[in-house]
Amino acid sequence: MSVLVYIENWDGKFKKLSFELVSYASGVAKMMSTEVTALTVGDVEDEELRKLGNYGARKIICIKNSMVRHLDNRLYSSIIAETALKEKAKVVIFPNNNTGKALAPIVSVRLMTGVGAGVNRLPLSIEPFTVYKKTFSGNAFARLVIKSDIKILTLQQNSYGLVPTENNATIETVEWNVDAASVSTAVLDVQKQTGKVLLTDADIVVSGGRGMKSPDNWGPLIELAELLGGATACSRPVSDEGWRPPEEHTGQTGKIIAPNLYIAVGISGATQHLAGVSASKCIVAINTDRDAPIFEAATYGIVGDAMKVLPELVQAVKELKNK
Amino acid sequence: MKILVCISNVPDTTTRIKLATDSKSIDTTGIQWVINPWDELSLTRALELKDDPSSGVKSVTIVHVGTAMSEPTIRKALAIGADDAVRVNAEPADAFFVAKQIAEVIRKEQYDIILCGIESSDYNGSLVGGMIAELLGLPSVSSISSLKLENGRTVMTREIDGGKETITVTVPFVAIVQKGIAKEPRIASMRGIMTARTKQIRVYEPVAAEPLTEIILYEKPEPRAACRFINPDNPGELISLLQNEAKVI
Repeated sequence: MSVLVYIENWDGKFKKLSFELVSYASGVAKMMSTEVTALTVGDVEDEELRKLGNYGARKIICIKNSMVRHLDNRLYSSIIAETALKEKAKVVIFPNNNTGKALAPIVSVRLMTGVGAGVNRLPLSIEPFTVYKKTFSGNAFARLVIKSDIKILTLQQNSYGLVPTENNATIETVEWNVDAASVSTAVLDVQKQTGKVLLTDADIVVSGGRGMKSPDNWGPLIELAELLGGATACSRPVSDEGWRPPEEHTGQTGKIIAPNLYIAVGISGATQHLAGVSASKCIVAINTDRDAPIFEAATYGIVGDAMKVLPELVQAVKELKNK
Repeated sequence: MKILVCISNVPDTTTRIKLATDSKSIDTTGIQWVINPWDELSLTRALELKDDPSSGVKSVTIVHVGTAMSEPTIRKALAIGADDAVRVNAEPADAFFVAKQIAEVIRKEQYDIILCGIESSDYNGSLVGGMIAELLGLPSVSSISSLKLENGRTVMTREIDGGKETITVTVPFVAIVQKGIAKEPRIASMRGIMTARTKQIRVYEPVAAEPLTEIILYEKPEPRAACRFINPDNPGELISLLQNEAKVI
């Protein structure tokens, strides 16, 4: 028996999300009195693989294939499903991101397993296997019983955190033979965003709404985000207007994020916006309207004009940094 | 080329969800039901493709798993412009149950491109599209923010962590779409609403499928503590609270 966790790598490197997944898998494994096997696909050096052991992985499997470099859903799902059976996995864990959303349902059909999608804490019980998950975009939560023998969970990013657990992990590198004819997708071009903190990975996010009044007013907001080592985001009207790029849109239909700190500047806080950010640990709202719904979700609020407040916040952070 | 758009019937996204007295379901009183936002965008993109004669798209069909209660949502999709519709007459028990029903419809009727929204705004599972693909042994591509047909070849944009890929796949396949696939959802015209009344809805009875999950209880999110207001003339206080009280910077 084991708990299998699928860990993506980015050009052979792991990131915080990877270690959070292993930490979570270790928590689940502990509840089931079993151990964690971590699986990754690609060229990852042993030194990097060993890092997964620092969060509780007992065994690390690295699958290498020299033929297919991009995510082909069927190929990756077959690798994961076969490994799950070989490792006698009772639970298979994915991130609840683009990759996890692509693979978890396919693996679930291959293994005939129920899926607890978007869980944000350890299972409530193992027998019956009950998880707590978001429904209605965060307006309600559900206790979901997974009835199949094997279970799949997808973990909401930044909901569990890192739990270092020294473990002497074994590393197994496997060369996977791919039948090229079975790969039906081909990637023609890749555009990577470089040099910036990714919105989905950021611990701190500074986000602007219509209250920013014009695309020309973004300077102090960006400066604040940079000073805090965070990422910038925006509300839907702002991205629809083209003030900011569409990939910055946070909200129900945009990116769903859960940073430690979300600073909403000039955002009124419509239900659809809150659906994308309500899992943030701490929300700061800056808005001229004392009755804006964003203040209901906020931990701290400032009723005031963003154009006046933002430069002063930038100044205050600079002073803090100089101390 | 035939496109199938999978449609889920969800509470309007501004709904304040209330629970039934036993908390085993939600209180549906007064809820306005709509097409799931991502499905509405899929439908819009499918219709845009059909409008372009060079795309080779001949028909756009919608499929929905639900009881007669969701007919208004199906009629709305027909009014927006879908040619016809299939409804599998069953209470959608879980993602696997729904996927199994839709896979059966595809097996029977054969489609080239199957479009699914990346999630439904009610159960937030992101599961049905991938499950349909695997039940049929079809390829799938997820997190698609653009879909074009160029000389019979599909060209899509896939959102990845920190970037985008241009990806192609041969038909038939399942595309699981997100925001960006269409700019604004298409709105039904008066003529569309009139013609929707005469469009065909084929009603199929469900095939047997054992749900793999069951929701046993709903809970409302824990209420947040009241907002602490900070004097706008002293933003420095906020920074100090974030550092010393919330400990997030």
